[in-house]
Amino acid sequence: MQAMNRRSFLGSSVATGGLLGASAAVPAWARGASLQHGGIIRTGFDEVSGRDIRLTVGEGMRVVQGRRGHAVAVNGTIPGPLVRLREGEPVRIHVTNALQEDTSVHWHGLLVPFQFDGVPGVSFPGIRPGETFVYDLPAIRQSGTYWWHSHSGLQEQSGHYGPLVVDPAEPDPIQADRDYVLLLSEFTPLHSHTIMDKLKKGEAYFNMQQRSWTDDYDLTGEERRMWAKMRMMPTDITDVSGSTYTYLANGMGPEEGLEYLFRPGERVRFRVMNGSAMSFFNIRIPGAKLTIVAADGIAVRPVEVDEFQIGTAETYDFLVEPTGEAMAVVAESMDRSGMALAHLVSRPGARAAVPALREPPLLTMAAMGMAGMDHGGMDHGSSATAGTDQSMVDHSAMGHETVPAQTSTPEMMSAAAMGDMNMRDTSLLPPDVHVGPGIDMVSMNPVDRMGDPGIGLDKVPHRVLTYNDLVALEANRYARTPSRQMEIHLTGNMERYMWSFDGKKFSAVTDDPIRFAYNERVRVRLVNDTMMAHPIHLHGHFFELVNGAPAEHQPLKNVVIVQPGGSATFDLTANEEGDWAFHCHLLYHMHSGMFQIVTVAPRGEEAEEPRVGSDR
Amino acid sequence: MRTVLFTLLLTTAAPAFAQDHAGHAEHEPATKSAETDCQKEAERHRAMGHPVPEGQCEPGGPAEMDHKAMDHSQMDHGQMEGMDHDRMDHDRMKEMAPDTPQAMDHGTMDHGAMDHSQMDHSRMQGMDHSQMDHGAMEQPGAAEIPFAPPPPGAGSGPPRAADAIWGADAMRASRDGLPSELGDILYYWVQGDRMEYRAREGEDGYLWDLQGYYGGDLDKFWFKSEGEGSFGEEIESAEVQALYSRAIAPFFDLQAGIRQDFVPMDRTYAVVGIQGLAPYLFEIDAAAFLSDRGDLTARVEAELDQRITQRLILQPRVEASFSAQDVPELGIGAGLDSVEAGLRLRYHFAREFAPYIGVDQEWRIGQSADYARAEGEDPSVTNYVVGIRFWF
Repeated sequence: MQAMNRRSFLGSSVATGGLLGASAAVPAWARGASLQHGGIIRTGFDEVSGRDIRLTVGEGMRVVQGRRGHAVAVNGTIPGPLVRLREGEPVRIHVTNALQEDTSVHWHGLLVPFQFDGVPGVSFPGIRPGETFVYDLPAIRQSGTYWWHSHSGLQEQSGHYGPLVVDPAEPDPIQADRDYVLLLSEFTPLHSHTIMDKLKKGEAYFNMQQRSWTDDYDLTGEERRMWAKMRMMPTDITDVSGSTYTYLANGMGPEEGLEYLFRPGERVRFRVMNGSAMSFFNIRIPGAKLTIVAADGIAVRPVEVDEFQIGTAETYDFLVEPTGEAMAVVAESMDRSGMALAHLVSRPGARAAVPALREPPLLTMAAMGMAGMDHGGMDHGSSATAGTDQSMVDHSAMGHETVPAQTSTPEMMSAAAMGDMNMRDTSLLPPDVHVGPGIDMVSMNPVDRMGDPGIGLDKVPHRVLTYNDLVALEANRYARTPSRQMEIHLTGNMERYMWSFDGKKFSAVTDDPIRFAYNERVRVRLVNDTMMAHPIHLHGHFFELVNGAPAEHQPLKNVVIVQPGGSATFDLTANEEGDWAFHCHLLYHMHSGMFQIVTVAPRGEEAEEPRVGSDR
Repeated sequence: MRTVLFTLLLTTAAPAFAQDHAGHAEHEPATKSAETDCQKEAERHRAMGHPVPEGQCEPGGPAEMDHKAMDHSQMDHGQMEGMDHDRMDHDRMKEMAPDTPQAMDHGTMDHGAMDHSQMDHSRMQGMDHSQMDHGAMEQPGAAEIPFAPPPPGAGSGPPRAADAIWGADAMRASRDGLPSELGDILYYWVQGDRMEYRAREGEDGYLWDLQGYYGGDLDKFWFKSEGEGSFGEEIESAEVQALYSRAIAPFFDLQAGIRQDFVPMDRTYAVVGIQGLAPYLFEIDAAAFLSDRGDLTARVEAELDQRITQRLILQPRVEASFSAQDVPELGIGAGLDSVEAGLRLRYHFAREFAPYIGVDQEWRIGQSADYARAEGEDPSVTNYVVGIRFWF
């Protein structure tokens, strides 16, 4: 067998995936695309690297599995090209805008000077039609798996995204025989502004799995009435679903047969990037163990799991040793309304059985901010939970003063009793939260839910990754006890489709950013007062999840999912000066106002402290 | 076929349990790559001073750490800061009950200053934590970290960092555009809730019930229009409302404005009402009307969508009208004026487009019924309806 150096594998395997794909082998015109629109967008991506990289943002028609729609493409493909950088080396990225509107590129997870972070109106003026903007990036301070996307309007939904990989300067701690990119995203024939419009006008437009007289949900009549009384939907798992989305793996629909080659006995690395606008995915390869080795680009101690959920904009690297002739790489949408699909094959065309979509999940008591009470009326799991956080909660917070916190058997509460509780006790909110119609719920008891595997995965009979499993491989040299802590509430109104931080849409706080002193270390607790899981992203920094790992080994992330009704906590060393975007990475939540600016004061005369990557 | 072993350049966990690093390898050589996780774990526990018997990791060896046999006496808790153990329920930690000769004397330990955030429990398997009361525990050490406003240095930067790089003029357009990209969205909605043909005794009739808005999340301009009639006769009623609508609660808007009736006679009303979603998902529209003649009337509508399937919807609907006084020229009697109850079954070809069939019963009550009879009308009318519901 011909030995191949690992570095060459990434590119060649990506090409393999494209070439083997049924659709890519057939030209667009042969699949029914019109010749009149010159810009038929190709599926899959090329690779760009070197000292100078050129990207052109254009538009055209996209055809996926026979459905077509307007799309934005970079260098003529969706996803856009793999931007491949090298740690320790500077790069100039020239981005040309061939659209009729402004555009931008944000390098998600890359530590860059803020003026090159790519958020129009915050870090730079944006790129006007016809203009070329040069991202003049100094030596890259990190390695790993990232991605890039537009931060202008809703272009990201339309196809303006692509993978980004930084090769390490030193030998990679993660060694594998093959190195593959798996970029997950969505295709929709609808214009992104149409989707926004439908979401605003309501009726749970994209949810075709709602409660009905004829559904199969394991809900008692009492529970159904409780949800109706609250004016909430237990089926509200994702706002936009497979009713319009075709879920994509490297731009290819599940029927288009993306293939990754392997030889028996090989160890394969997958770099999974969730480049979707609105989707969480449950990733599994039935029959294989997945060893998680990196999260959001940064290496973690290996964790072996059977499945993991990846939130919007997160990245995970995992290793797998495929066996047999073929294995299915399944990325099921969190609401089970569809899946992205790829195949690990020992020869082209080999196929393993693809598991059917599992039953749609339902929200639980925990999503209402009643964690720890998820035992009685609402708990319909069929099998034992694997390592989830079943902490018994301080019931006194719920007004049950006679119930001691040490109660060993969880109190059984009827759904009727739940329905009588105040789901919006605004006295529980700190004074800086603006209380108004934009808040339809206040979590009664927002316990830490970083031990939660994600919606729908708390009852599966195998091991699922949680944030509490993540331990940084390398010690954080700047770990120290935070000097202060703060709390940010994630707030919303599903019926009105309003989303915000602390009850204030961005338009209410344009002149009131979240301020940090230079090099200040702050513990930030995010409290989710909604029934949706929000992937919260801070630009320009890595924060460390306060997940029970030793302080110096708290895992570094740039996106943290805050589970419904719960909380998540991170430590932040604010040592990247400038203005940075801080937002929910669900595109339509951000577009609805769930966005803030974080401003880190200039270093000034202070000595430079160690930063991520600065000691390399 | 060679197998490249997965080698991790494992920077060993800085052992929080022993702040002095004595006896602890800073970097484990890669030759240990074959070592199992269990062995690494055992290694770490030894560094903690926990006696881990050799062979612990052999197949069939004890899967669970025997905490009873652990010698906790060598743990240096003195350097740990920030842990509040006051609220831990030790009584429930049966597995770790100090009933062995090496029992620790918890009474003399100072737990008040422990920082458990440095402990790595993530790899410990087989510990039964289910009986521990973590409910009252905040984040490790969180109690020691003050909630405080940003220090003065946090405001020391320029108000807009990008202006210093690109210039305020260059930044202005994109910055001014941000609010509309991030929350301040204006949109419109038009709904034909009931656009229907009404089959009944005598001449069949028709009815329209339209509404729509333009605006943002909280403030909207809202219009409504209703009217009905019988084929072959003059139209019976037609009205239009123009309202300002303000969100006053998560599920309710307060609406105020003008209602203009064109048929049966021109009449103008001031309108105050609420519209929204009540518990149990009832769609409510209730309004009071004060006419230019000083007559006060009111109307309450309630609808409930019952999904039979994802696309087949059964909608009960009730509407009641009230009046504070007799208005003979309009056939309205004081008190409860009329009640209308309907049941419509619609099919969503799309969310935006749903034809329906149904039945609708109207009663005029009390003095209103007398007015109706005097006009030669039946105060009770049953309509069999076919219509469409749409929105865009």
